[in-house]
Amino acid sequence: MLTILFDGIAYGMVLFVLACGLSITLGLMNFVNLAHGVFAMAGGYASAILMNRAGVPFLATLPFAFLIPAAFGLVLERTLYQRLYNRPHLDQVLFTIGLIFMSIAAVDYIMGSQPQLITLPEWLRGRVDVFGVQIGLYRSFIIVVCSVLVVALQMILTKTRFGAQLRAAVDDQRVARGLGINTSLVFAATFAFGSGLAGLGGALGAEILGLDPTFPFKFLIYFMIVVTVGGTSSLTGPFFASLLLGVADVAGKYYVPSLGAFVIYTVMIVVLVFRPHGLFVRAR
Amino acid sequence: MNPEHRRIAAKYLADKWRWKPLEYVFWLAALAAVWLLPSHHLILNEIMITGLFAMSLDLILGYAGIASLGHAAFFGLGAYTAGIFAIRVTGDPLLGLALAGFASAGLGFVTSFLVLRGVDLARLMVTLGVALVLGEIANQLTWLTGGADGLQGVTIAPILGKFEFDIFGRTAYVYSLIVSFLLFLIARRLVISPFGLSLRTIRDNPLRASAIGTPVDRRLIAIYTVAAAYAGIAGALLAQTTQFVSLDVIALHRSADVLLMLVIGGTGYLYGGFVGALIFKGLQDVISSWTPQYWTFWIGLILVILVLIGRDRMNLAVATGLARLRGKPAPRPRTIVGDR
Repeated sequence: MLTILFDGIAYGMVLFVLACGLSITLGLMNFVNLAHGVFAMAGGYASAILMNRAGVPFLATLPFAFLIPAAFGLVLERTLYQRLYNRPHLDQVLFTIGLIFMSIAAVDYIMGSQPQLITLPEWLRGRVDVFGVQIGLYRSFIIVVCSVLVVALQMILTKTRFGAQLRAAVDDQRVARGLGINTSLVFAATFAFGSGLAGLGGALGAEILGLDPTFPFKFLIYFMIVVTVGGTSSLTGPFFASLLLGVADVAGKYYVPSLGAFVIYTVMIVVLVFRPHGLFVRAR
Repeated sequence: MNPEHRRIAAKYLADKWRWKPLEYVFWLAALAAVWLLPSHHLILNEIMITGLFAMSLDLILGYAGIASLGHAAFFGLGAYTAGIFAIRVTGDPLLGLALAGFASAGLGFVTSFLVLRGVDLARLMVTLGVALVLGEIANQLTWLTGGADGLQGVTIAPILGKFEFDIFGRTAYVYSLIVSFLLFLIARRLVISPFGLSLRTIRDNPLRASAIGTPVDRRLIAIYTVAAAYAGIAGALLAQTTQFVSLDVIALHRSADVLLMLVIGGTGYLYGGFVGALIFKGLQDVISSWTPQYWTFWIGLILVILVLIGRDRMNLAVATGLARLRGKPAPRPRTIVGDR
């Protein structure tokens, strides 16, 4: 029981790191980026390639899993995404679905369709017994790393100058621009950072979620659930939504496997119908 | 409304009513294929069905402005209804078709209230969610749907007791062609009617539409239900002509594909679905003959380019080209009568 809760929390934490970039870009630029999973996949593959081909230890690959998708995101944002900010959502959806298709085929072509394996270092494998509860070491590691990230993100958002500019731009883009904030720069930096986080999430979660070329499509729904249920105006909303989703999914699969993913989809629809702007959003 | 406006409006409607030469060409070509392309009937049948499915999406997207990422829910429900009906009750195709249409219309009616609640992204997610839930149900009800193995043993009786389905797909193609044509005629009538015009008003500006007294919600519910019925019938056609139903009919990629086809073919003139299906399947055929596994890369690239160039600009370019061919002045984008 507690083990399931623990696994669910670890799972939810990974989902949060994966999806929080998406939630910020959606809230900030009102851009529906269905291709967010592509950056996560890029991070996962960067980590897997460095580890399996170049022999870099797992932990040392994590910075690259952040930097490579971030650079990738920055380039794409400046060249392509930027042109679509003022387009209808349908165009954005189509564009990003196109990107997903391309990335799936490209990764399949370069790396093959087999799942990539991440070999964890010795000290992260196995489980320990804490007060009668089975706790996976790697999952504890994920929880620690992700908690640090969450706190760091929250600090950046609330305490730094950049965070203040970001919040201003989310609240009212025009006024923020009027105050002399270079919103275009804020957008680009945030997009790159969000992509990097997704990549980091992809690398961290590769062991739990699996990693193969269909990743962006398979987890698209999870990202979208986190974002739509959590809302896009803060980080706490998506954070709690991720935890909820993680625990519900793990528990659901364990206790009522016959219902499958049915429960989370239904919950998503119900939330969307009654709280179209997310579960944790104050009514404006 | 003064006489001048009345005359403009009457001329606008009469223009819309008249069949354009290209429309004759399209349907005559589809008919001629029955005799001219006997070895391609199976693929033509698939294109026709997919085209009908894409047209049903056009009804809500192109005319009412509701984007859906889960239109396959209705297609899938129609396919499963027709398949299960054929196995459990009777193999009569027309009855199965009607039943599938009604079942999907029912689901469309019920879910339209969910779709109406949200805007934009929430709406996309709700449509997606409905399709996912339905797909999960089809996956779990193994005793009814065959689950992941698919629904096997569907046998369809001859149409009207006379025309038996053959393995070359000739009957299948003619059947799909006739059904699609009849449904197209109804849809064409529908979108030119005052009802159809009011839908366009809603698409272009919901607030103004309700200000001039259009019952926005009721109109959207109606068209969503109709589009669902169309999609259900398309699904039923697929189930009957291939005599097999699998989870594939309801999968996410089918919803995405149909959206792609419609966008490739262009929205808002009913033929977009058919044209898009033809182009899409044609491309699939050509590209997958030289890169069997990676053809999605190219379709993705086409999509990205299409969006970057701009869908409106592309449609306008085609329309201008056609007008120039006929020696007429180029059309202005989205002319609205009396709107100055």
